Amino acid sequence: MSIVASKAAKSAAHVHVPSSIMEGRPYGGLFFYAVFYLSFIYIPVLFLPLFSFNDSIYIAFPLKGFTTKWYGEMAASNGLIEALKNSLKVGTAVCIISTIFGVLAAKAMTRYRFPAKGPITGLIMLPFVVPGIILGIALLILTYSMGMELSLFTIAVSHVLLAVPFSMLVLISRMEGFDKNLEEASLDLGEGPWRTFWQVTFPLTLPGIVASLLLCFSVSFDEFILAFFLSGNEATLPIYIWSQLRFPSKLPSVLALGACIFVFSCVLVTFSEWLRRRGVQVKTASSV
Amino acid sequence: MNQSKAIIAIKDCSKHFGPVRAVDDISFDIDRGEFFSLLGPSGCGKTTLLRMLAGFEQPSMGNIFIDGQPMAGVPPHHRPTNMVFQNYAIFPHLNVRKNIAYGMRTSGLGRGEINAKVDEMLELIKLPGFGGRAAHQLSGGQRQRVALARALIKKPKVLLLDEPLGALDKKLREEMQLELRLLQRSVGITFVFVTHDQEEALTMSDRIAVMSMGKVLQIETPTRLYEMPNCREVAGFIGSMNFFDGRVSSAAGEAATIDAGPIGQVRGVANGRLKVNKGDAITVAIRPEKINLSNEQPNVGHNVVEGKLGPSTYLGDRSYFYVNVVGLAKPIAVASQNADRATGQHRADQKVWLTWREESVVLLDR
Repeated sequence: MSIVASKAAKSAAHVHVPSSIMEGRPYGGLFFYAVFYLSFIYIPVLFLPLFSFNDSIYIAFPLKGFTTKWYGEMAASNGLIEALKNSLKVGTAVCIISTIFGVLAAKAMTRYRFPAKGPITGLIMLPFVVPGIILGIALLILTYSMGMELSLFTIAVSHVLLAVPFSMLVLISRMEGFDKNLEEASLDLGEGPWRTFWQVTFPLTLPGIVASLLLCFSVSFDEFILAFFLSGNEATLPIYIWSQLRFPSKLPSVLALGACIFVFSCVLVTFSEWLRRRGVQVKTASSV
Repeated sequence: MNQSKAIIAIKDCSKHFGPVRAVDDISFDIDRGEFFSLLGPSGCGKTTLLRMLAGFEQPSMGNIFIDGQPMAGVPPHHRPTNMVFQNYAIFPHLNVRKNIAYGMRTSGLGRGEINAKVDEMLELIKLPGFGGRAAHQLSGGQRQRVALARALIKKPKVLLLDEPLGALDKKLREEMQLELRLLQRSVGITFVFVTHDQEEALTMSDRIAVMSMGKVLQIETPTRLYEMPNCREVAGFIGSMNFFDGRVSSAAGEAATIDAGPIGQVRGVANGRLKVNKGDAITVAIRPEKINLSNEQPNVGHNVVEGKLGPSTYLGDRSYFYVNVVGLAKPIAVASQNADRATGQHRADQKVWLTWREESVVLLDR
């Protein structure tokens, strides 16, 4: 009981600071703006789980009744499961490869002096700003001119291109966050560059590496345009979903899938944020 | 194995960062077992020089020899040096024991031997039983000791210390100065110590190199550096100093009489370094604590000047008086020990006479 009370007191103490700032006008214009903003983002998304439990193939109000049969249908659909597997394969490969590239790029950017650093960073960042459709066409032409078959491999390559900038940004901020002297200390104590990387740089960058893996995975997992251009016979999940939209009867099971992915993403984001905060805490504690 | 007196030989070393000459054509030796300090204001090149000794920077020109071996192209992990970093660089993901043992993997010793050595080190730095602590559970002083142990366990030929006491508060810093000095004597390793704190350098070092703008101005023992600086910059950087411009009116060997305008005739000894000839323009330098303040006019013809008491500063153990002299832009600083209880009662504008001894006068090039 006392633990609960002290916890409550603690959380009360925590919220007290911002609430005292707001004390003058607790429900001012900004409050309504915030409510509106959050509704705008989340209400449409919440339609997915809502209709995925609706006992009707039509996505329209009023709701007919509660059912979980769409989830069963989803699980029974071979094409969907195949597409999900493909996406997981591509996403896993992409997140690992992009993160390796990201680590190398971030290390170069934060640890070495070399000419044309700015332009090189710009080049790596380019896929951020080049429209996906342009990139897709360009890669398609390249693939054909090289005589390669379109496959999951080509999709993965294009996703790596897209994901490396994300990875690099996450890892640059992480690598700038810890003291360069730590790596120098390791060298000074007799460990070569390779062991220094594994003994010092890697463990201290780990939260960033995990964040990068998650981010790159999600970049790949929901990417549509490049996958659309570069997929052969095997579709990734977004391509599959798009192809199913032509058949109204399949739509509810796609909604069920969407709901599953939504819940999964929420868990993933929460986990990565928790990890990042833990990393920050370790950092601040160590810099005392 | 070269058993010459010098453990480090720096020969014509320069380091350029673009147009900046961080280290500008430096040559000197550091002796075996010496506590050697690199002293200078920030940006004088002392840290760059230390980093060149450690191997983190390569000289743009010149060469460095450690124990007779040329260090050109030798990476930090193959050098017989270890470093204590300014912020200690304790590995935050390892505990104290693992931090100290970090450099021992390459030693080829077994686990048991390493453990024994770590215990020995924990004993040495007076932190036995702290092995399991995490880095963030240590205070500033304890982190400093762990950094020291981590470097010393490697038994380096040279220990490099980059302002290791800068982050500590005054009291702890003074304690650590003494401890570090004792430790250096007991382990017998050559210490190269970088600091911008002249008092710290004087307290701890066998010899000090004073640096400015990438150059070494003077290398001397603390006493000689303080008593016989070789240029105005060193004299001004180490302790405080009164400077007067003058012209040599007569010179006999090393002894010279200088006509120093507002402060009259000054007699001094140019201790071997400076050749004085009649008519030379010269700078006369006198330390505040070497000037005697008196209320009565002394009966001497030289090394005396009359002035009026200006503001004074009470520092507990001593007081600073500032004496205005007709014709001088800056008042003369005089330090006097408060041997008797200070009353703090000095009349401003009181007429006083300043006197000093011939040996206290430092003659410098202008």
